[in-house]
Amino acid sequence: MNLSSTHISGLRSRRTRAAAVGVTICLGATLAACGSSDSGSSSSGSGKVGVSLILKTLSNPYFVSMEKDAKTQATKDKVSLTVAAGTSDGDTQTQITAIDNAVSRGDKGILITTNGDAVNTALKRAKQAGLFVIALDTAPNPANVADITYATDNEQAGKLDGQYAAAALNGKPAVIAMLDLFNNQVVSVDIDRDHGFLEGMGIDPGSKTENGKEAKSGKYTGGSGGTYKIACHQPTQGAIDGGRTAMENCLSANPDINVVYAINEPAGEGAYNALKAANKETSVAIYAIDGSCSGLKNVTSGKFAADAVQYPGKMAALGVSSIAKLARGGSKPSVTNGKSFYDTGTALVAAKALGGLTVQSPTQAASACWGS
Amino acid sequence: MTTHVDSEAAPAPAEDFLNRPATPAQRIQSVLHRQPALSPAIVLVLAAIVFSLVNDRFYALQNLSLVAQQVAVIGSLAVGQTVIILTAGIDLSIGAVMVLASLLMSKLVADNGVPGVLALLAGAAVAIAAQAVNGLLVTKIKLPPFIVTLGTLSIFTAITLIYAKGQTVSLQPGNILMWSADTVSIGQLNLTTGVLLMIALYAVIGYALRYTAWGRHLYAVGDDIEAARLAGISVNRVLLSAYVVGGFAIAVGAWILVGRVGGGDPNSGLNANLQSITAVVIGGTSLFGGRGVVLGSLIGALIVQVFVNGLALAGIDPNYQVLTVGVLVIAAVSVDQWIRSVKA
Repeated sequence: MNLSSTHISGLRSRRTRAAAVGVTICLGATLAACGSSDSGSSSSGSGKVGVSLILKTLSNPYFVSMEKDAKTQATKDKVSLTVAAGTSDGDTQTQITAIDNAVSRGDKGILITTNGDAVNTALKRAKQAGLFVIALDTAPNPANVADITYATDNEQAGKLDGQYAAAALNGKPAVIAMLDLFNNQVVSVDIDRDHGFLEGMGIDPGSKTENGKEAKSGKYTGGSGGTYKIACHQPTQGAIDGGRTAMENCLSANPDINVVYAINEPAGEGAYNALKAANKETSVAIYAIDGSCSGLKNVTSGKFAADAVQYPGKMAALGVSSIAKLARGGSKPSVTNGKSFYDTGTALVAAKALGGLTVQSPTQAASACWGS
Repeated sequence: MTTHVDSEAAPAPAEDFLNRPATPAQRIQSVLHRQPALSPAIVLVLAAIVFSLVNDRFYALQNLSLVAQQVAVIGSLAVGQTVIILTAGIDLSIGAVMVLASLLMSKLVADNGVPGVLALLAGAAVAIAAQAVNGLLVTKIKLPPFIVTLGTLSIFTAITLIYAKGQTVSLQPGNILMWSADTVSIGQLNLTTGVLLMIALYAVIGYALRYTAWGRHLYAVGDDIEAARLAGISVNRVLLSAYVVGGFAIAVGAWILVGRVGGGDPNSGLNANLQSITAVVIGGTSLFGGRGVVLGSLIGALIVQVFVNGLALAGIDPNYQVLTVGVLVIAAVSVDQWIRSVKA
């Protein structure tokens, strides 16, 4: 510190400073694009069909499960599978590169869980080049950017949680914390689940395209109905630490919270940690969405009141075999009746059934769970 | 006799020079220049006052306890980041190393049945080793720290993902790794041992920077590397030591993270790289090296968290939290530039 003052630093040249400023500015831009994780082989000869599986990230067991089942299916169908993934949720640049690579490699189709609308232009290029584009997990926005989507009905998943929450309240006032995914990007899964939960509770989301537009208080009509208050909408990044910080801030703002909607299991896990630290874990019900094997254990142990499950491996495996069939002269896959996408299903897992709602026990659901 | 008089008399003109009549702005500049943590401290106090007025829950000790807990992870990383930035370096990999260390600690206990103390030491060893790699690449191959840590950011992240296979690891309470989550009540404040760990880290590193030869050498190297070399300082050793000390701070951060997460999660702490740099910059440490104190970084981390918490309590759209942090960074660097202009 002594040496830091006037004596020496005056000698430093302006050029050093300019360089350092430049470095600071490019920090944000560079990080987003750094490090792509393309991998896999590209032997398109010998009757093999090339398929690219482009995931959001490989840091989430959900997508790891997709990768695993896609690989198994690829071996069965004699498909040459290339796996790529973004470096983080929201990393569209790496995905765009992977899409372009799929086109130049001459792949027959792309399976993608998009990180955001920024990949749309690249996907359109791929379609024009004759690739069949299947969106997994979430429909792109607009949906016709992909030829078809294989997904959980995310709105339905949220809805199942919301219906259960309303039934469990049994007329009591609801003070709800909404733990969303992001605050800075519009991702359809974020909107669909959030809105689905509110609809399940019997609360009008107030917007088709944005979170947090519902009336902040009023009456919910689900279950036997009652009054509600929205305590907060906070982003969690879908991670445990983010879920915890979000829940802590929500609880500070409103200690009476008794219902927590969590975009996914890690956010729910973080919320549980925060509630436990505040000695409130038994008086607050957490509703999560995912259906991983460890998530089901959290239902059994009572950490989560309920969990809406989905089947990522099924989405990926079906996607691989659809493209294999199509490339060998088969017909195009079609959407589920009455929906704009191919619904791979969802189910609500809870320890006990309530008010005529169909639920699976954690043991029943365990046969189809993913991750460890 | 004359020499004695000379040495007595010598400082006088310099004193006069420093004490010559100055405008109020120059005086403020001069004070802020001598106390790099002062301007962020003023911002922190002002923010706290404003948020207390807006929402009566903000000032509740329970809420302030939470802010302290929320800041413990980034605060610890910011110590390491400060030491590295003081050498005119930067560490983009600091969060990635922390996630790797925290996962390793958790997995060794949960999957391999390694005793908690050994797992903790193994995690610390990996954090320090990873940072030594950064330091060696900077000193031996003479690569700019930005480039080195940009590369190792990807490398360490990938190693983490390969090692974790995307899975999270849960730990049972009672393990020493979970000790950092234990509650410590000081009056009405409910802190965690993690917060105390962070404060201890600040005390130790802060003391070393202020009162040891190592600390003075570190500032000298950051201020002007050539002058430091000419003054006989072993520049490479000082640079390497900055990264190793960074590794130690990361180990503390990883331990606290394990407590907050309740185990290891490859997705938790992903934003910590930039958050630690943000804390340091807002805390008044110059990105050009040689100027700043660790206490400032703690205040910088607290400022960010106080804004996030205060805006959340006020029910304001989370987008404004992000916007505010951006404004704070620009403002902090502008103040830094203004303070520097005083001595030109």
